[in-house]
Amino acid sequence: MCFYRGSMNDGFPPTLEVQGRPSFFRGKHAGMTQDGVRRPTLTTMRKIREFLIEKIILLDGFACILFVLLIFFFLAKDGLALFKTFSLAGFFFGTLWNPLAEPPQFGIVPLLLGSLWVTLGATIISVPLGLACAIFIGEIAPRWLREILKAGVELLAAIPSIVIGFIGMTMLAPVVKIIFHLPTGLTALSGSIALAFMAIPTIVSIMEDAITAVPRNYKEGSLALGATHWQTIYRVIIPAASSGIVASIMLGIGRVIGETMAVMMITGNASVIPKSIFEPVRTMTATIAAEMGETVRGSEHYFSLFAVGLVLFAITFAINFVADMALHRKRK
Amino acid sequence: MRISSKTAQKIAFSFLGLAAVIVIVPVIVIFAILIQKGLPAINWQFLTAMPRMGMRAGGIFPAIMGTIYLVLGTIVVALPIGVLAAIYLVEYARRNWWTRMIEVAIVNLAGVPSVVYGLFGMGLFVIFLKFGASILSGSLTLSIMILPVIITASKEALSSVPRSFREASLALGVSKWQTIRYVVLPNALPGILTGTILGISRAAGETAPILFTVAAFYLPRLPKSIFDQCMALPYHLYVLSTQVPNVSQKVQYGTALVLVGLVFILNFFAVVIRSYMRSKKQW
Repeated sequence: MCFYRGSMNDGFPPTLEVQGRPSFFRGKHAGMTQDGVRRPTLTTMRKIREFLIEKIILLDGFACILFVLLIFFFLAKDGLALFKTFSLAGFFFGTLWNPLAEPPQFGIVPLLLGSLWVTLGATIISVPLGLACAIFIGEIAPRWLREILKAGVELLAAIPSIVIGFIGMTMLAPVVKIIFHLPTGLTALSGSIALAFMAIPTIVSIMEDAITAVPRNYKEGSLALGATHWQTIYRVIIPAASSGIVASIMLGIGRVIGETMAVMMITGNASVIPKSIFEPVRTMTATIAAEMGETVRGSEHYFSLFAVGLVLFAITFAINFVADMALHRKRK
Repeated sequence: MRISSKTAQKIAFSFLGLAAVIVIVPVIVIFAILIQKGLPAINWQFLTAMPRMGMRAGGIFPAIMGTIYLVLGTIVVALPIGVLAAIYLVEYARRNWWTRMIEVAIVNLAGVPSVVYGLFGMGLFVIFLKFGASILSGSLTLSIMILPVIITASKEALSSVPRSFREASLALGVSKWQTIRYVVLPNALPGILTGTILGISRAAGETAPILFTVAAFYLPRLPKSIFDQCMALPYHLYVLSTQVPNVSQKVQYGTALVLVGLVFILNFFAVVIRSYMRSKKQW
């Protein structure tokens, strides 16, 4: 019965929207007893129940939209409160983040650059590795090796970020310190390496899906023309899978930007504008996580962290929106 | 001299294989280190005793129990909401603008950073609804975070139930909800369970969302109600590795290993259910 599968995602076509019974039951005798008195019968009870359940389910579907709106609302409510006392320009263009200074400075630029450095580094490492790994798993590896590699990638995805952060802090940072002769191993570079390994599972699994979804006859056509397997991969399969590849990269970046605990533990947490990747940085996520505990509820500092959260929310929203568009275009 | 396309292929494939090795080796190394350094710390006392001496000695029992409470609370909230939303999208929704909006919302919920969930949970549950820092607030926050995982998995499970099953049921005069309840859901259940378990294994490992909504720094007793704070394994590991000086590496790695172990037991169940489902499928 496999031929139904292809169209299942489209939901039921309108023809199947029968509410349980054919129309001849809905005539004027429906729900009537022999003596002509109208009583609530099993049929009407069932209709009412169907109606209620359908409405409950409908409401639940809209709950997802509600949650996104609630998140936005609660971030905006406290985040925008910052700008009653602190200037908008000072927040977006200020180059100093120092909530304890007098007067306090809430310039987001160092945090934004911190996130940017770490994300850029992680992207440069994870995208080529992820793409190569996905091609290897999807096209080249024999079946047994493919299963092992996929299990390994899933294993990597399942490690909690706090554990990655812990391992990165105790194992990776000392190695980075020795190799590059740095005063401290807790730098943007260490953070990028750790985060790259957190983005790779996302990138590999979505890319691999995209690669295996390329129609078989594309590949066969290319091979039949005398192209080698490798030529087929980079001239036919990768271009055909490009929108899935773009989406996987976007989602990987989204994962990296939003990552909090690992970054907080590994990158050294210095809220200064970084000059190179070998210096400690502090990301937006780490700032929120590290400072929220010490703020006074309703203070300027408290509001400023919500404002940072709002910026973060806007960035990830945009990234995910683009990724979804890319995936959606592929489906069409 | 041009290299022949055969040689080019060999070189390219070697590089691709090398990339796969670079990705997989660290995974093996991480596990080897965790087991080698963490296993000596784990004994019955470590798992069942309260922490002592500012968490430098004793066990991690309250942290383990806290994480279990949070996981249970998260299932209770997220599973019904997630499954009903998936039922709506697969069985009821028409292809229109609203449905598309719901899908976009789900994608974006999946992408919201975990620390932003923490802020949101604090703003809505802890402060606005006055639940305080409590298991309730933490579970609700984690539930909303894993909702997209559950919805996506349930959607897939529901839409893999063949249409003929529904048509046969409807043709017998069974109502739409009864068809879903007695025909579609039982067949989709393993897939839904798999997705749910994967979701809660993520919830069990997350730190940022519970940071401001539930986690207690040091609380050597078990919570009495859902309005109490509790300790949790991931936060405990964070505290041990960055906030408390002079904690022996053994305790840190032991905690990390217990956390990873818990997450992997959950994942293992998910994989078992998934393979059982594949072998059972008759269509």
